[in-house]
Amino acid sequence: MADASGTKSMSIIVTKGSLDWAYPPFILSTTAAAMGLNVTLFFTFYGLSLLLKNLDLKMTPLGNPAMKMPMMGGHMGMPNFASMIPGVDAGATVMMQNMMKKKGVASIPELRALALESEVRMIACQMTMDLFEYTLDDMIPGIELGGAATYIEVATQSEINLFI
Amino acid sequence: MADQTLDAKGLNCPLPILKAKKAIMALPPGGTLEVLATDPGAVKDFAAFSRTTGHELVEQTTEGNVFRFVLRRKA
Repeated sequence: MADASGTKSMSIIVTKGSLDWAYPPFILSTTAAAMGLNVTLFFTFYGLSLLLKNLDLKMTPLGNPAMKMPMMGGHMGMPNFASMIPGVDAGATVMMQNMMKKKGVASIPELRALALESEVRMIACQMTMDLFEYTLDDMIPGIELGGAATYIEVATQSEINLFI
Repeated sequence: MADQTLDAKGLNCPLPILKAKKAIMALPPGGTLEVLATDPGAVKDFAAFSRTTGHELVEQTTEGNVFRFVLRRKA
């Protein structure tokens, strides 16, 4: 809840690490911080990749029938088998990145830097760090480690708690 | 005239808000910031930003496809 100074708080559990799913947590956290909220992001499972020093975000149309890209005046989806063809996922990733650049959408490295600059607290889940054999050396500086209890404590003190 | 102008034309959500926040905090309390944006979502977003932060939205106009906002930094 709002602290003594009346500042509100938001927490987000970040579980996904693909290029498209990297956007919601970083957009919401930077915006909430800009609106004066204390923000905590808890990265677990595939969300951990968003903390890596070397961001190499990719996306895939596989199993995502709603992913339709604007093409030739319409919208085109891709059948699942297309993702098996080498280069298709890489092509989809580049296409998305180009589209975002053209439309003035910030890049993930840019949003992540803005989040750190605006003092968004970033906690990496210790258990999944161990599970996937990551160390703090793999991650950007300025993050901390924590577990479920650390997150729950933050959540009990936050007005907004989201799971992405 | 506002004390400072921020050109956020061509930028998409949430960049106009993030850049406006930075620019307004560089002003003294009571200082005014003019923001120019082309993102149609900015109209609702600047109103919400103003209500939540207390930086008053003193002016809002549209010229062609450019939205213009004037914010006054909270005292």
